[in-house]
Amino acid sequence: MYIQEDGTVLSNIKISETYYDMTVYSPKIAGCAKPGQFVNIKCGDDLLLRRPISICDCDGENFRLVYENRGAGTSMLTRLITGDNLDILGPLGNGVFPTGVSRVLLVGGGCGAAPLLFAAKKNNECSAVLGFRTCKNAVLTDDFYSVCENLLIATDDGTMGASGTVERPVNLLLEKHKFSYIFACGPRPMLKAVSIIAKRHSIPCYISTEERMACGVGACLCCAIKTKSDKETYSHVCKDGPVFEAGQIVLED
Amino acid sequence: MIDMSVEIAGVKLKNPVLTASGTFGFGREYAELYDLSKLGAIAVKGLTSEPRNGNPPPRIAETPMGMINSVGLQNPGIKSFIENEIPFLRKFDTKIIANVSGNTVSDYVSITEIASSSDIDFIELNISCPNVKAGGMAFGTGAASVGNLVAEVRKVCKKPLIVKLSPNVTDICEIARAAEASGADALSLINTILAMKIDINTRRPVLKNNVGGLSGRAVFPIAVRMIWQVKNCVNLPVIGMGGVSTGADAVEMMLAGADAVAVGSVMFSDPYTPIKVIDGIHGYLEKHGFNKASDIIGAVNVY
Repeated sequence: MYIQEDGTVLSNIKISETYYDMTVYSPKIAGCAKPGQFVNIKCGDDLLLRRPISICDCDGENFRLVYENRGAGTSMLTRLITGDNLDILGPLGNGVFPTGVSRVLLVGGGCGAAPLLFAAKKNNECSAVLGFRTCKNAVLTDDFYSVCENLLIATDDGTMGASGTVERPVNLLLEKHKFSYIFACGPRPMLKAVSIIAKRHSIPCYISTEERMACGVGACLCCAIKTKSDKETYSHVCKDGPVFEAGQIVLED
Repeated sequence: MIDMSVEIAGVKLKNPVLTASGTFGFGREYAELYDLSKLGAIAVKGLTSEPRNGNPPPRIAETPMGMINSVGLQNPGIKSFIENEIPFLRKFDTKIIANVSGNTVSDYVSITEIASSSDIDFIELNISCPNVKAGGMAFGTGAASVGNLVAEVRKVCKKPLIVKLSPNVTDICEIARAAEASGADALSLINTILAMKIDINTRRPVLKNNVGGLSGRAVFPIAVRMIWQVKNCVNLPVIGMGGVSTGADAVEMMLAGADAVAVGSVMFSDPYTPIKVIDGIHGYLEKHGFNKASDIIGAVNVY
């Protein structure tokens, strides 16, 4: 069940070198969104494709997006100001993060942290490891700090937290604490590494995936992702995902 | 009261607006937004005899005013369509166009045979998909092979037969005439234009298939030109498509000679496009004093 809604931008703030934090009044979509779901946003008339962005947080009337200024579409989003209208399809995605469970380890890379915040708020006793390129691009750390029991940061250049990828801090938390679930969202290499770690510890792992997308609702079949099976078959990120159990799909480079 | 209906190969459509194959699935996803009975017809996702997995991702690249896709005819197969999708689509008061493909002539014949004994209104022969290794566009770019394929399919086809033409040809009229001579009841055009996008940072094509089919507003003027050419060289109804995004676009295509128009990938930008296009055509007819939608078909006054 999804709808088209004309939302209103309540705020749209630059929060780091390349990330923005936007809150949108969109009561119908915000009223039923689940952690892991996304919205598909029209970014002006010149771009044929909408831009799919994961919901970062939701309070029933408004939803929040933390997005990276990456190209033509997101660049257009950065120019929106309070009061602007936004044409939104959502909430989209049938593969979502579990809710109401306890002892979840959240692993986010870059703007992959965004949907995990929503997941943290709908689950209990969460811990998080967030990875960024550099401290200048570390976002949402305060938000995670306030809802997680443990929070570790890693940066590629070592300017904040552990130096390197999220793997070391993830292993550190797994040594010290017992987790029932791992949720991850971020770049493919990170998802691969986290899936392997989760398998080694026999912890159920849910990953939020990305693929170039068009319709967002399951009609065009563009956002294919390889499924683990004997035959070569594809699931679709927009309709079957974006969240999958790590064992269901093949993470190709 | 303006009469919005048009006729394609003896079948009356309540209005001249369709959804183009491959952009509307089997209608389920968009039935959540509006009543599919509002549409003149639905051309469903391209079907093959057996289920097909399609091409490896990435399958899509955005381009100025358009997109390139290489989905590669992923579909659940004709049997699943008949069992699961036709009963759903029949809940709506609209016409069903089964878009069919094959790797060989006998594939096309066998799927047409199966499809034409099911509860559908038209068969659309896809001889123009640029994204499959065998079949598809390979059949649609030579007049002799089009003529041969359409003739073979015609022998078993019990429904009105629409032949969907590829724009990737030197002379579209030659192909259109071959389809007409072999028994096509209608033509639809254009399928996507073969295209490519390269990521200059990785120096690799964006699509895993290297090339794909361009659609969207970028192709609209090419579609209008080809529809006009085809309408002037054959005596068949034409379903126009390619970048239609507004009622004005649809009117332009109809003036060029389209008996009906299909909305394609612009749906991804605004899923309500077909509804807006219907309203837009109606508004144009009202404003310009036409009583029937069919009055504007081919009504361009050329120099």
